Amino acid sequence: MENFTYHRPHHATDAVKLMKAAKDGKFMSGGMTLLPAIKHGLASPSDIIDLGGLKHAGVAVSGSVVTIKAGTTHAAVADDAGLKKAIPGLSKLAGGIGDPHVRNCGTIGGSIANADPAADYPAAVVGLAATVHTDQRKIAGDKFFTGMFETALKPDEIITAVEFPMPKRSAYVKFPNPASLYAMVGVFVAELADGSVRVAVTGAGPSVFRVPDMEKALEKGFSPDSISGVTVKADDLNSDIHASSAYRAHLVNVLARRAVEQAK
Amino acid sequence: MSETGIGARVKRKEDHRFITGKGRYTDDINLKGQVYAYFVRSPHAHAEIKSINTAKAAKAPGVLGVFKGEDVAEDKIGGLICGWMIHSKDGSPMKAGPHPILAVGKVRYVGDHVAVVVAETREQAKAAAALVEVQYGVLPHNVDAAKAKSAKGQVHEVAPNNLVFNWSLGDEAATDAAFKKAAHVTRLEIVNNRLIPNAMEPRAAIGSYDTGDDHYTLYTTSQNPHVARLVISAFHGLAPEHKLRVIAPDVGGGFGSKIFIYAEEVVCLWASKRVGGRPVKWTAERTESFLADAHGRDHVTHAELAMDKDGKILAMKVNTIASMGAYLSTFASCVPTYLYATLLSGQYNIPSIYAEVDAVYTNTAPVDAYRGAGRPEATYVVERLVETAAREMRIDPAEFRRRNFITSFPHQTPVIMCYDAGDYNASLTKALELADYKGFPARKAEAAKRGKLRGIGFSNYIEACGIAPSAAVGSLGAGVGLWESAEVRVNPVGTVEILTGSHSHGQGHETTFAQLVSDRLGVSIDNVSIVHGDTDKVQFGMGTYGSRSGAVGMTAIAKALDKIEAKAKKVAAHVMEAAEGDVEFKDGSFSVKGTDKKMAFGEVALAAYVAHKFPTSEIEPGLKESAFHDPTNFTFPAGCHICEVEIDPDTGVTQIANWVAVDDFGSVINPMIVEGQVHGGIVQGVGQALTEGCVYDSGSGQLLTGSYMDYCMPRAADVPSFKLAFTETKCPSNPLGMKGCGEAGAIAAPAAVINAITDAVGVKDLPMPATSQVVWNALQPMKKAAE
Amino acid sequence: MPIVSMKVNGKEVSGEVEGRTLLVEFIREGLGLTGTHVGCDTSQCGACVVHVDGKAIKSCTALAVACEGAEVTTIEGLAKNGTLHPMQEAFRENHGLQCGFCTPGMIMAAIDLVNRKGKKLDEATVRHELEGNICRCTGYHNIVKAIQDGASRM
Repeated sequence: MENFTYHRPHHATDAVKLMKAAKDGKFMSGGMTLLPAIKHGLASPSDIIDLGGLKHAGVAVSGSVVTIKAGTTHAAVADDAGLKKAIPGLSKLAGGIGDPHVRNCGTIGGSIANADPAADYPAAVVGLAATVHTDQRKIAGDKFFTGMFETALKPDEIITAVEFPMPKRSAYVKFPNPASLYAMVGVFVAELADGSVRVAVTGAGPSVFRVPDMEKALEKGFSPDSISGVTVKADDLNSDIHASSAYRAHLVNVLARRAVEQAK
Repeated sequence: MSETGIGARVKRKEDHRFITGKGRYTDDINLKGQVYAYFVRSPHAHAEIKSINTAKAAKAPGVLGVFKGEDVAEDKIGGLICGWMIHSKDGSPMKAGPHPILAVGKVRYVGDHVAVVVAETREQAKAAAALVEVQYGVLPHNVDAAKAKSAKGQVHEVAPNNLVFNWSLGDEAATDAAFKKAAHVTRLEIVNNRLIPNAMEPRAAIGSYDTGDDHYTLYTTSQNPHVARLVISAFHGLAPEHKLRVIAPDVGGGFGSKIFIYAEEVVCLWASKRVGGRPVKWTAERTESFLADAHGRDHVTHAELAMDKDGKILAMKVNTIASMGAYLSTFASCVPTYLYATLLSGQYNIPSIYAEVDAVYTNTAPVDAYRGAGRPEATYVVERLVETAAREMRIDPAEFRRRNFITSFPHQTPVIMCYDAGDYNASLTKALELADYKGFPARKAEAAKRGKLRGIGFSNYIEACGIAPSAAVGSLGAGVGLWESAEVRVNPVGTVEILTGSHSHGQGHETTFAQLVSDRLGVSIDNVSIVHGDTDKVQFGMGTYGSRSGAVGMTAIAKALDKIEAKAKKVAAHVMEAAEGDVEFKDGSFSVKGTDKKMAFGEVALAAYVAHKFPTSEIEPGLKESAFHDPTNFTFPAGCHICEVEIDPDTGVTQIANWVAVDDFGSVINPMIVEGQVHGGIVQGVGQALTEGCVYDSGSGQLLTGSYMDYCMPRAADVPSFKLAFTETKCPSNPLGMKGCGEAGAIAAPAAVINAITDAVGVKDLPMPATSQVVWNALQPMKKAAE
Repeated sequence: MPIVSMKVNGKEVSGEVEGRTLLVEFIREGLGLTGTHVGCDTSQCGACVVHVDGKAIKSCTALAVACEGAEVTTIEGLAKNGTLHPMQEAFRENHGLQCGFCTPGMIMAAIDLVNRKGKKLDEATVRHELEGNICRCTGYHNIVKAIQDGASRM
């Protein structure tokens, strides 16, 4: 793999300075996506600025909000006792990312900054109407993901935390790609504190998306039957050797119903 | 039975080094002055090479040499060969296109080896490889076996219509006549999906040329180092055999893919001389393994089975197109012919069979033997046909099989093989019992209550193992004999070294072979060591594949042990001053009949070496014997696997709910190891049936399943624990009565899975791998019909 | 070139690395500890699993330089004074390995699993938790048995 200069700053301000100085710098958190990408020549940064030194890690449950610092590993999120009670759907999502060894390295900040269309976290960020905190501002979850591997982040902007409002109930159901274990389709369903419902889908399209028809139906009656007839159009969905767009569209409905059933 | 003798569940001797991280695989070895090779590979499925400019790469940091096909030709290094000649129906020899170790003129698949860079470090070699400028003129390509004969592009000049051979076996006229009398004919279109072997250790090699001695050493991930030395010597012409040492140290799984002689290994050896004798190391990245290891299977078949009104099979007709990939790999041509069509009789009495096989070139990686090699393809055809026929004729599939089983032996099939022993009904009966076949309807009903579809499927496989009688395979086109060799060295203190031509890459030979010695000589297995995998240490041998190491390799050891015993008796007779005929050998000691005279095996060994007490003019000092064993027949392991699945109709996900395997491997040396072989084989077969499928994009010719991100290896949660049992009919053609167990699971499993899924879904056929999407798609028409 | 220092199997080690040097490269080539294997290039097979600061990670997807000051345990560091770790013992007793290539990663993953989930592990849990480790030889049957057995001995 191509070489690069490695930096491990201890303060966000230093990280930003390093990024500005770098010819083609990349922030790295757990490295679970970036390192394989460099191995395969899909990325060749001049500098890697490892955000691990920032010690942005930890889950805090306070009042009606859960704040997860950007550098918190999936394993730490999944194991957090407070989160298990507060948002069990999010806890389960984190515990189902990749595999145990990946979960020990990969972080929430890295995952959402990378915005892989088949990553799990985007479904929760959108499905729970989360807010992404950066070193510069707060970005609404709905505005954060702008396309395949694209986010609202500026090149030198660093995610510091993600703030999740506690829902009344929520669940995430994932249908993993059996080879990669990424989401072939993943559906996050949440009934938020104000009674509104969100259905966010990852893996099925170029980027995470909501299903307004399902949300409306579930707001009328939060039961699997309410959405049994609500389908998403296959036309806009991903199609590959693992799953056609039609199959994905079908799975969105199946998983959404299961998520509604499991929501707590 | 002693604690470490034949039949005992002895814990493996080799394990200690593996569980402590002290295994020694090729990539673990680093030689002084070692440099690294990195290959430039074709990005195109089919293209003319217009030019290769190596100037920039040659100037890159650390680069010692950049080599291409012309450099190889300059040194008159021969191309890769296919060692089995197949003749077409019309008598013409197979059309083998040239296969240089670095491409000349043309590339024929994505991943084809175009050039190599040798540099001080791996990273330097890789970086410089990116600087090699190759100009290609893209040609029309085809990746699909079924379309090869009419494809626009011709892969090899020697092979019009991309046809390597059109081969047949059996009596066509008799078969046609039998079909005319049939009360029922079952027909199936079968695709046996292409697989990528994926031994967990990627292939690797270190080629080292000693300028002082003009001698080459190759460390390589090989299942048969002697065959590699022979081919590299005789066909590549790199060095005569006495100037070439091939070492296959610990090898991390093979499954067939490490039988073959590949370009990369030969290039490393050759390049070492080119860079002044510095050892050249190459270790495949997994992505390279996907592209450039020989793949398996890839058959497209039309099959028909004719029955009388009572469900007795009258005849079978099979037409197969087998992809060879872009080149003929080492044993590619025998896989879809003599390892395939000869097994089409299955466990059944089928009066006539006719098979026709078109082997074709496609612009894909070469296809060769992969665990089972031809026999899984045959079993899949037979067992899918039989199951489907039973369903169509509304006969219970177990009963249908029973009506057609071969019950007397020896049995000559219409497709060459003569089965020597077996009891197919015994394994079926035992399997039905273990699977609680009677309880299946209740389980199906219970699953239906939960909204799940439950199905059950059988696979009564047979395989031909213990490969193989040399004269027989010679008459069928093999370029080698398939005997095995052994040398038994008894040391003066009575410890024993076994030098075997077999090669262990996970099979546990260091344990099972020692068990045989322990059993025969009465020595502790701790006092036996098994030496293999080094052509400088071990006499010529043929290696390990085709479940042959027990039946052939151990028989060679047994024969050498017979000689040891005979000589030791002579020595003991002299020492104990008795007539040779009065000396008995039992439980590790020699005694003289009717007396209390006794000598331990170790004492006799010492006596043989000190040579004080016998006339050395009559008996040579020392205790070392060797044997070459050529089998008189194949062995015929067989059994019955029953798979029960449960399908979630909402998602199409199949779960294996239960698996029963009842196998007849003849005598079993170490049941623990044999069971392990069955488990692993089943999961490879389940992989073929449910998750694994190599996909090339027809438009671009690119490999779409080029990593574990897209090629789905079965994981622990994809399979259950298995219920295993054995039945036993001894193999009459070797003294140990062994048949071989290495491939059974992979041969049996795919048909069992697909028979179970088609039963659950209620369709005639489904393609492999039957992923959730495939199953869900199959369910849709029925759902619509129900609505 | 940066110099990295860490504690590997209880021993302080340091060495010159490049930014891109992977932890597995440092372990195998820098330290000569070849028990940790590389079986893929997409972070899936798990042959390279080691423990860093007590947690199982894939050493093929970690930079050596990022492990500055870390405590690393590899397969070579499990046996103490010639006594095998109970999980190593269990793999041998249960025939949980064939070619041995995936074995070091499997054993390291198994110990991590016990550290996380305790000594009483049901079959379904073990199978699910092995999603980051691929074996081509054993069909997992005996690996699962070995891990359950090894867990109970730990």
